[in-house]
Amino acid sequence: MDSLTNTIQAVPLNHYILLSAIIFSIGVMGVLLRRNAIVIFMSVELMLNSVNLLLTAFSVYRGDAAGQVFVFFIMALAAAEVAVGLAIIVMIYRNTNSIDINVLNRLKW
Amino acid sequence: MSTFYFIAFLSIFFSILVISAKNPVHSILYLILTFFTFTIHYILMNAQFLAIVNFIVYMGAILVLFLYTLMLINLNKESEPVKPFMIKIAAVFGGGILAVALVSSLKSLGASDPVVLKNPELGLVKNLGKILFNEFLLPFEVSSILLLSAMVGAVLLATKDPKETKATI
Amino acid sequence: MDKLIWLIPVLPLAGFVINGLGRNSLSKGVIGAIGSLLVLVAFGLSVAAFFQIKQTGEPINVTLFDWISVGDFKIPFSFLVDQLSSIMLLIVTGVGFLIHLYSIGYMHDDAGFGKFFSYLNLFVFFMLLLVMGSNYVIMFIGWEGVGLCSYLLIGFWYTNPSYADAAKKAFIMNRIGDLGFLLGIFLIVNTFNSVAYADIFPKAAGMKAGDAPFVLITILLFVGAIGKSAQLPLFTWLPDAMAGPTPVSALIHAATMVTAGIYMIARSNILFTMAPDTMEVIAIVGLATAAFAALIALTQTDIKKVLAYSTVSQLGYMFLGLGVGAYTGAFFHVLTHAFFKALLFLGAGSVIHAMGGEQDMRKMGGLKGKIKITFVTMLVGTIAIAGIPPFSGFFSKDEILAAAFAHSTTFYVVGVITAMLTSFYMFRMMYLTFWGKFRGTHDQEHHLHESPASMTIPLIILAILSAIGGMIGVPAVMGGHHELGAFLEPVFASSKALLGEHELSHSTEWLLMGISVAVAIFAMIYAYMKYVSKASVPVSDEEERPALSNLSYNKFYIDELYDMIIRKPLDAVSVFFYKVVELSGIDGFVNGLGKGSIEASKGLRLLQTGNVGFYIFIMVIGIIAVLVYNFLRI
Repeated sequence: MDSLTNTIQAVPLNHYILLSAIIFSIGVMGVLLRRNAIVIFMSVELMLNSVNLLLTAFSVYRGDAAGQVFVFFIMALAAAEVAVGLAIIVMIYRNTNSIDINVLNRLKW
Repeated sequence: MSTFYFIAFLSIFFSILVISAKNPVHSILYLILTFFTFTIHYILMNAQFLAIVNFIVYMGAILVLFLYTLMLINLNKESEPVKPFMIKIAAVFGGGILAVALVSSLKSLGASDPVVLKNPELGLVKNLGKILFNEFLLPFEVSSILLLSAMVGAVLLATKDPKETKATI
Repeated sequence: MDKLIWLIPVLPLAGFVINGLGRNSLSKGVIGAIGSLLVLVAFGLSVAAFFQIKQTGEPINVTLFDWISVGDFKIPFSFLVDQLSSIMLLIVTGVGFLIHLYSIGYMHDDAGFGKFFSYLNLFVFFMLLLVMGSNYVIMFIGWEGVGLCSYLLIGFWYTNPSYADAAKKAFIMNRIGDLGFLLGIFLIVNTFNSVAYADIFPKAAGMKAGDAPFVLITILLFVGAIGKSAQLPLFTWLPDAMAGPTPVSALIHAATMVTAGIYMIARSNILFTMAPDTMEVIAIVGLATAAFAALIALTQTDIKKVLAYSTVSQLGYMFLGLGVGAYTGAFFHVLTHAFFKALLFLGAGSVIHAMGGEQDMRKMGGLKGKIKITFVTMLVGTIAIAGIPPFSGFFSKDEILAAAFAHSTTFYVVGVITAMLTSFYMFRMMYLTFWGKFRGTHDQEHHLHESPASMTIPLIILAILSAIGGMIGVPAVMGGHHELGAFLEPVFASSKALLGEHELSHSTEWLLMGISVAVAIFAMIYAYMKYVSKASVPVSDEEERPALSNLSYNKFYIDELYDMIIRKPLDAVSVFFYKVVELSGIDGFVNGLGKGSIEASKGLRLLQTGNVGFYIFIMVIGIIAVLVYNFLRI
């Protein structure tokens, strides 16, 4: 474990930032592209995870453990959010028998 | 070092597959794979605790929940109606511009130092636990309340309303 | 006396408040008593002040409180009672009291009895303020206040629209003059840095005569006097003001308010002496007014209108006196005019009361046997106004005419002709009303009765004053000492020093006096021949009149002239402003803002599509914009 860790270090921080940015944008594209509510929700999870990765990278870079603790809380939060969000999606399905987000367009002029 | 780039490439590849798969069940499966690669990233940074938690919470709990819900809605056979082509182009462009904005805004940081583990002990469970229960005790307890409220909310939302029975007396 | 001087204006003010608040609850006797007695007490205090000044020769200066204080510029609220104002005080409170007494009888059957008395008291208060002020600003307060009371009292029977219009006309014409007065005050502040008489007049005496500030200030002050004292061209409100009750006409439009202009000019005599050009203008305007009004009065058939035009004409005489430098003479005429004009108006009121409301002289006649006291007193008043000795009008009018002769012979000739016309139309009024056969209806004949004592006692008192009032101004040439002139000497001293004395030889003076008496008696006899011997009656309104008579009867169409050159262009301007500026401009702009926001919101409404995907897309665009702005610009 240690040797593996030692040999694969020295990745510049910028690359981590770049990776995180790309995955975040992919998540945004997913939200915009799809009409299925669950797939949209999954894209949001993808965005959250990219941020987690970046936070961990920074925490290791600066030797501060606060970053990883923050990631821990983000995961707890994401779990809670998924629970409530899926409950809402089930309710929507019960009311309109579809999970296409274009069906929910009553709040307009 | 090349491990990192290979895993990074896998992450991006699978995440693209997530958003472009037609069948939603396939999307979830690709997402699981993406999270696998994330876990490996965590291990590469020696953030062991986070890697395990990621594995258990996300892939074991959250995505299973997704699958359950999808099964409940019986969606594995349907394919959703697609958005018009122009909107797809607009969405891709939007995301692309966002990426460009993020990347170019971070360019000003210049070439950075490599991520060198100063303290190899940082990601260990014991050390993380010490910091978690010392400095961050309050947020920890509060997050338990958060989970409680989420549970209550979910139960409340999903319960069917009791049908009103007409009382003749 | 210094300590009590503030009571003189405050007592009528208290009367205003009491009668005003209690106009519906107090009884008529109480209201009348309060109103009249308070003015009587003020008269008593004025008499005391007069005697104190006569004895000591020193004016009474009392400061009540500091009113305006801006940096170096101070205007205290203080009273100055000197020789000039003490005589005015006597006139205002004395004649005012008599008219209050008269009104108890005249307005007895009117529903607004209490309101009338409260307005009368308010008027006396403002007039006293005007006369007693020690600076121009307090005078202006009184000036405006009497204008207001004039409006309230002329339009007393406001339910009649033409009466209300007359009140508005009086007030508006007064205001036009007041603008000139106000500008004059501003210029005074600019030139002398003070508005107090005690500061301005000594400073003015030391400056050079004929300077530009003097001309401008005096012209503007004179404009104010034109409005208030009904000179050409702002005189048309006074005949229309006869719409008010007769005591109002007597008090305001004969004795007190209209003389405010003359008082103001007499007070500022040094300023006017410093501007000889303005004095020339004043004399010409006064003379023109006197002649013009006399010509109109020749053919009038309403008894009050004759007296109204007579007032305008006599005011013109007073301004003529001021213009030629005879300040004492003009003020003497103010005094005598107050007596006989108030008497004539009150007498006319008594005639109207006897005739049951009829004012047209063509329907009167032969009243001298029926209403004897009124007849005798009005005869005294008429002889006085015609300028026949030894009644008071002769002395005052002759003093003015003598000064006019010394100034310019043309002025004198026009003045004498106007005196002849005055005598003629006044005696015409007397003959038509009291001589001959009664021309009214049967009911009116039965109704004829003498007025009650409350109305006849003031008549008698005023008649006595008109008869003997001239004795205080008997000139040296007739063996008198001219007490009034000696008394007023300190007020006009600096002006007299600058103007110099116009010495006329004794024989010239006797000649002038003889001429004026002769023309007056000639006119009286001519009128007698025409209206009593030949018993001619003025024609009714429907019949034809010869051209000159028609012009005179229609007051030279001056109201129609004003209508054409002033009112119509103003109306056109007003319509323009309404249609173009108000409706299209301002309304268009404001409504346009409303319409614009509605149109904009119609457009913005389309953003609310309800489509979640659209909202998310816009959100992403927004975030990108924020990122770009923050990170790439800074």
